Amino acid sequence: MHRGARLSLCALLLALLAPAAHAQPTAITGAPPVIIPEAAPPQSPATPRPPGSPPAPQPARGLVWKDVADDAGRALDLAWQLSPDDTTGSTVLRGYVIMRSESPGGPWALVDSVPAGLAAFRDQSAGLRRDVEYFYRVDTHGPGGVTPAGSLTGPAIATSQWFNATRWSVLLLTMIFFAVVLFFIQNAQGEGKKPFVRRIPGIDAIEEAIGRATEMGRPVLYVPGVQDIEDMQTVQALIILESVARTTARYQTPLKVPVTYPIPFTIAQEMVRGGYLHEGRPENYDPDSVTFVSPEQFAYVAAITGIMMRDKPAAHIMLGAFFAESLLLAETGFATGAIQVAGTANADQLPFFVVACDYTLIGEELFAASAYLSGEPKLVGSLKGADFMKILVIALVLVGCLLETSGQHGLTQWLATQ
Amino acid sequence: MKREVPLLLTAAIGLFMILSFFVPHHAVSVPADFLQQSAVIVVAFGIVLGGANLLRVNLEAVVKRQGDWPYKVVLIVSLVATVLVGLIEGRDFQAAGTRSTWIYDQVYSPMSSAMFALLAFFIASAAFRAFRIRTPEAGLLALAAFIVMLGRVPLGHVLTAGLPPALRIENLAEWIMDVPQNAAKRAILIGAALGVMATGLRVILGIERSYFSGED
Amino acid sequence: MRLPAFLENLDRRWIFLATGLLVLLPLLWPLNLPLEPSPPVRGYHDAIAALPPGSRVLMSCDYDPAMRPELEPMTRTTLRQLFEKRCKVVVVALYQGGALLVDQIVNDVARQRRQRYGVDYINLGYKAGNEAVLVLMGQSIPGTFPRDQNGADVRSFPIMRDVRNYASFALIVSISGGYPGTREYVQQVQGRFHIPLVAGVTAVTAPTLYPYLQTGQLLGMLGGMAGAAEYEDLRLERGQASHGMDAQSLAHVFIALCILMGNVVQWERRRREAS
Repeated sequence: MHRGARLSLCALLLALLAPAAHAQPTAITGAPPVIIPEAAPPQSPATPRPPGSPPAPQPARGLVWKDVADDAGRALDLAWQLSPDDTTGSTVLRGYVIMRSESPGGPWALVDSVPAGLAAFRDQSAGLRRDVEYFYRVDTHGPGGVTPAGSLTGPAIATSQWFNATRWSVLLLTMIFFAVVLFFIQNAQGEGKKPFVRRIPGIDAIEEAIGRATEMGRPVLYVPGVQDIEDMQTVQALIILESVARTTARYQTPLKVPVTYPIPFTIAQEMVRGGYLHEGRPENYDPDSVTFVSPEQFAYVAAITGIMMRDKPAAHIMLGAFFAESLLLAETGFATGAIQVAGTANADQLPFFVVACDYTLIGEELFAASAYLSGEPKLVGSLKGADFMKILVIALVLVGCLLETSGQHGLTQWLATQ
Repeated sequence: MKREVPLLLTAAIGLFMILSFFVPHHAVSVPADFLQQSAVIVVAFGIVLGGANLLRVNLEAVVKRQGDWPYKVVLIVSLVATVLVGLIEGRDFQAAGTRSTWIYDQVYSPMSSAMFALLAFFIASAAFRAFRIRTPEAGLLALAAFIVMLGRVPLGHVLTAGLPPALRIENLAEWIMDVPQNAAKRAILIGAALGVMATGLRVILGIERSYFSGED
Repeated sequence: MRLPAFLENLDRRWIFLATGLLVLLPLLWPLNLPLEPSPPVRGYHDAIAALPPGSRVLMSCDYDPAMRPELEPMTRTTLRQLFEKRCKVVVVALYQGGALLVDQIVNDVARQRRQRYGVDYINLGYKAGNEAVLVLMGQSIPGTFPRDQNGADVRSFPIMRDVRNYASFALIVSISGGYPGTREYVQQVQGRFHIPLVAGVTAVTAPTLYPYLQTGQLLGMLGGMAGAAEYEDLRLERGQASHGMDAQSLAHVFIALCILMGNVVQWERRRREAS
């Protein structure tokens, strides 16, 4: 197994196991409330009523608290029984006022208020601190004034949980994915030969396209998509750019790479420079071959179509994330007579590329490109791992469909996450 | 060290962010929130870098009188003017009646819409030029395309209004969208998602490392 | 010249001209074709109609001027329906180039409906960061958007008094032109907070979101101008989208014709080669 991969896997396992070794007590949920008997005087007396005004509403009772699960100690749930005056059309009760204090005797601070009819509230106010004891009470208010709570609850504590229990299914599938991919990588390295990968015509066509541009004495246009670096398609497009740069360096074909965002722009410069360096042609590297255009989608498209019409590159390689501009680019490129290779994982743009380009990489073929081009066993091994995972997903889909059809919802519920 | 430090940083931060999805505890979530907010700030500042490159490349082209240099003058003047106007107008530059708003309404908005509108023409020419039925599968695709295209517009509804509901074109179009199209889209989405995960894993674990130095 | 030979040599600028005329003429002389709302559109309308009066709604308008013809009509119609129900509308924008446009649209509809800024609606403006913004909003919306579109402190407005995060809203409406947009809301927000979500998207994005409609993660969806026109029809309005559908109808028929004509050329060529 690759050394870096071993270290990283150990780090992940330690990070997951460490919380179990130093686990804090889990949140107290549904702990019995500390109820102050009604005979005890409330801290704030009921607001005196002016003569002739409606009566003050009766208090709410039975206030309980519960720590919100699967969070970072930022929220507490409160529930109470509705006031007897909380009825449809009641003119006595307007709503409930939630008060909080760090001691049963106060001072009390207003947290929030909810209208009549509601018997629950989640306190996630900015003033709520984790691992601090709080006491809550719920007063009722209406036209006749404010009635203090019949009881209060506490000590309530918001605590952090170490694991989001609704995400077990995601964790399990993620760990399986990691394990499978790393297994196939190690397997491929151990065998020392490249595992079989079916031919992907679109990737093979990249070198053919560059060769054609060389024969015609025209440049190659490489478009790495319209998204920023956080999109994996952009990362993959930039990785493939290095291979393309090596080939253009070898054939001494000019390369043009217009880029949308600043960070991919700097990485693209590094990739092109690295490609020329690897081919032993650093002197042929043109720093202006990679240009920053604009993050604005259609400004970028206008610039690229302008390059296509003016400079007439003989080969267009468009790999990455594309949106509405895909057909604009492909059709304009076709009109110039260039050979076009496109690839994207944006499924809604694939039909436009398929129709207008000579070769198209569909979905995950784009992510297979770097492994396919380099032929490195560990990269190809990761492809096999992803394919194995796909088989597992297919099996899950089939089993899940059968279970759902027969009325068994356990698997679906276990897979649903929050 | 030149290679190891970035690799270690990538691995540590990547794995930490994965961890933050599963661990809500504040020891993990607070630094993860900080990293995400930092990412927002870095992205916003990156535009300065891009703007500087744009100016440098185009100014050089103007000075050297490279091909189409007058258009580059237009670009530079537009860029500088828009930035200056916005700076002069200050925080309320997007209020009604400002020059920035005028530039947005009269220049940026129509140009952006015009570029998008070109799609209609290109779709028609691509449909004529490239949508050729060479195989039975392509024929099936063409049939589905006809049904969905006509089923999504009122003219299609009018054409089949007299047929039983199951044969009306809008219901057929809806069935194609709900069933076969949905199934195919899901398959592509799942495959692409696995591809994204595999690529991300390779980058995080340092197996795919050409992205940061151009070296293997 | 026989038809196939004529078509084979056809300059594509004639196709462009025909497309332009078929789109322009119905806009000048409307056909007023009848509309039939589809189930996703009904779902969208009914989700808003089911809101209790006075509910708080988050409306994320994530598009720029390029997508205006498809998304502006549905934004306006949605705002009208929400204001009719006296909903409190909080607007955000995740597209940098669209923040000003969205502000103009929202203020225009609010003015027509006599809504008060800061009381009945507010525009929090644009924030960079894509999905990171959605995650941060899940913790605190006032923290993520401390100032509104005009630079004022959001905490000074009555409408923001009770707004914490997504849980403060009865419904989220995502009007989106691509990325970031509805899919990110489904993945980052709906899955975690289980807030009802409806979406209005461009026609090219709509097919990708049908899986979420089927699973119920989206309660309803407006797909492109057709969806916006059907929504107007449900609301008994005849707005920009309804007018545009006449043009779109003819354009669709013409594109279908282009496919046929292209294949006539191909079949004729094959027939010649075979003979």
